[in-house]
Amino acid sequence: MADIIGKRNWYFALSLLVILPGLVAMAIHWNRFGAPFTLAIDFTGGTNWELANVSQAPSTADVRDIFARHGIRDAVPQPETINNQPSVLIRSSELSPETKRAIEPDLKQLLGNYTEIRFESAGPAIGAEVSQRATYAVALASLAILLYITLAFRRIPQSFRYGVCALIAMLHDVLVVVGAASIFGLLLGWEVDSLFLTALLTVIGFSVHDTIVVFDRIRENLLRMRGLRFDTVVNHSILQTLDRSINTQLTVLFTLTALALFGGLTIRQFVVTLLIGILSGTYSSIFNAAPLLVVWENGEIPNFFRRVFGRRRQVTA
Amino acid sequence: MRERTYVFLIIILLLAIFAAWLDFASPHIKLGPIDRDIRVHQGLDLQGGLRVLLEADVPPTTDVSPESLGVAKDIIEKRVNALGVVEPVIQTQGTRRLAVELPGIANPDEAIKTFGGTGLLEFVDAESTPLREGEVVKTTGPTVDNSCAGLIGSNAATPAAPTATVAPTATIAPTVAVSSTATISPTAPITATPEITSTQVYTTAMTGDCLSGASVQFDQTNRPQIGFTMQGNGTKIFGDFTSSHVGKYLAIVLDKKVISSPVIQSAITTGSGVINGRFTLKEANDLAIQLKYGALPIPLKIVETTNIGPTLGQDSVRKSIIAGAIGLGVVMLFMLLNYRLPGLLADLALSVYALVLFAIFKGGIPLAFDFVTLTLPGIAGFVLSVGVAVDANILIFERIKEELRAGRSLPLAIEAGFNRAWPSIRDSNASTLITSLILFWFGTSFGASLVAGFALTLGLGVAVSLFTAVLVTRTFLRLAIDLNITKNLWWYGVDRDVTRRSPVVGGIQ
Repeated sequence: MADIIGKRNWYFALSLLVILPGLVAMAIHWNRFGAPFTLAIDFTGGTNWELANVSQAPSTADVRDIFARHGIRDAVPQPETINNQPSVLIRSSELSPETKRAIEPDLKQLLGNYTEIRFESAGPAIGAEVSQRATYAVALASLAILLYITLAFRRIPQSFRYGVCALIAMLHDVLVVVGAASIFGLLLGWEVDSLFLTALLTVIGFSVHDTIVVFDRIRENLLRMRGLRFDTVVNHSILQTLDRSINTQLTVLFTLTALALFGGLTIRQFVVTLLIGILSGTYSSIFNAAPLLVVWENGEIPNFFRRVFGRRRQVTA
Repeated sequence: MRERTYVFLIIILLLAIFAAWLDFASPHIKLGPIDRDIRVHQGLDLQGGLRVLLEADVPPTTDVSPESLGVAKDIIEKRVNALGVVEPVIQTQGTRRLAVELPGIANPDEAIKTFGGTGLLEFVDAESTPLREGEVVKTTGPTVDNSCAGLIGSNAATPAAPTATVAPTATIAPTVAVSSTATISPTAPITATPEITSTQVYTTAMTGDCLSGASVQFDQTNRPQIGFTMQGNGTKIFGDFTSSHVGKYLAIVLDKKVISSPVIQSAITTGSGVINGRFTLKEANDLAIQLKYGALPIPLKIVETTNIGPTLGQDSVRKSIIAGAIGLGVVMLFMLLNYRLPGLLADLALSVYALVLFAIFKGGIPLAFDFVTLTLPGIAGFVLSVGVAVDANILIFERIKEELRAGRSLPLAIEAGFNRAWPSIRDSNASTLITSLILFWFGTSFGASLVAGFALTLGLGVAVSLFTAVLVTRTFLRLAIDLNITKNLWWYGVDRDVTRRSPVVGGIQ
């Protein structure tokens, strides 16, 4: 029989191995751009103006000139191809409706009679506020989940621990997803927008969902198999739910992969973020959340600190 | 037990038929007292359209009273309705913002111009010099003497407002933000940020709230002009002013921008007058709309504009539907191959699930909401909720397999499977429901409509899946037992070597 609990430190190490590059990427990103990931205009404020059917791929300098004439000096046009038509995405600081209206005739002169695919312009205040409120919402949701788990597991001892361990596993998944966003931001220029925020919130929900299924088995087995060692029960519960975990993971994988492959470009980053997060959610509920219960039960946390602390004392002595 | 199974079956069939009827019904249904349109409402990201977030343009320290925000919302609603947009959505968000969503609008810039202006109309004493059209001027703004509403900087519709918390100074301050959209004047080129060209502060003789109505008329040369009538003190204020200023210039100023600057030929005491500038018919119409529905009680500025062309959205819808169908198909195949007969029944339950959920999207839930607006994240939420629905069935079927392997008889194993799996289904779905509830609240209160759309479809999906994955699948399975379809355990996903992996407790000691 597979011994997952016995090898728990290896699994914790693997988690660390996955999370660390993300943290490093966030540090690099912070150092370079002053934020842990590339933030979209939802958060920083600014304009995305996408035009299709342009008569020719415009020269960057020409477009910048037009914007500069109207007082916008940071326009960055980026040629694209949409449905085999030359298109252009122009990013700049926030554009007021008046400035936009003033720029349009000049732009039409340069690009011909284009069609506007999208125009998004936002001030910087909104995004900061939304992310702040989202943080509150997550904190509130975490508290509610902690409370719910403590209540739902009240028939077994230390039910509070189950909530805490579920939240730690959730934090693990958040770190994986946020780290991945930072890495993709550095490598592929992916931006963190409000859709990313939605993906992150979903991952949080599913992470807890997955953990509870494993915990539920532990709850049931603890009540049915009295007298067994705690770590044996936990290990057994993980194995019993393994088939289900893998099968559920597979079905979610199917739907998300289909969305990633065949869905529109607009949601591809969203779907990939979900894929990473939900994969991490399944991993963390099996290999982090449940083993953490054992670590806590065995009192290994003080042990761990004592060992580190003791060693340090030896060195200084 | 047996009878109940058949009762459930009939209820499920009726529900499925009703849902299917709603799903494929023509846009309009008539069913007794219910008589309304029923169709899929697509969000702006799918059908294209304009979304503008307006914020009270007052210092952050100044509170905006809910009343004045409400009045601003009503006025903007009226202006938008006058534009003739189908299904506009105007919502207050938080304490100082309004979100305006106009689906499928052809000319977003024009629209913003019409509904976004503060609409503060002033008749200004220009003394002996005519003011250039399009010029931005400083005025003394509304005071008790020159306005009719009684409340300075507030609207006549809010007499109940307990001391209008909007500082009067806020409305008097030159509003350069949205208000500058009032580019009604066809002459002067529109400048990026209108600069105040003169330092002189002109006296406001009368404000627009003294008008009772405005409409487009035509002068002798058939050029459009705007006729207006006055109400309350307006007739007297305007009469007194024009009597004492004959021969002088009067400037008509909208949102601090001069529209026209005629000479006062004679005293106007009749209570009606005309604004003529060099308007196109459209401009005259837009201006009349602004005048008719009054000035906003608080100046608003645009903090966010999003315009999605229709092609982008349609492309995404098509692709997402194809992707969703492929994903759903693969999941169904997986369930069928992996769990065999129960898998097939789960697939049937999943079909009921899709029918019911789609019917809710179209028809809404009575007393709660009329329909669910489908957005891209909403579609993603739907697809994810399919995963949740399947997960419940996987939990149950895995338990049934375990019970069968432990040697239980088929009917007992099925009942035990459902009973044992229930706590984990309940608790895991409860946590997902809690999350989607909080997200929905967060999304609706703070203008993150994408998040709200996602949370709503996910939450509804989880709720419906609880019903279909547990109740519907159980009814189908009980029926299969009752009809004695097969006794071969292979059909229930258990291979012949039943003792291969026993979960019996003794095995791990």
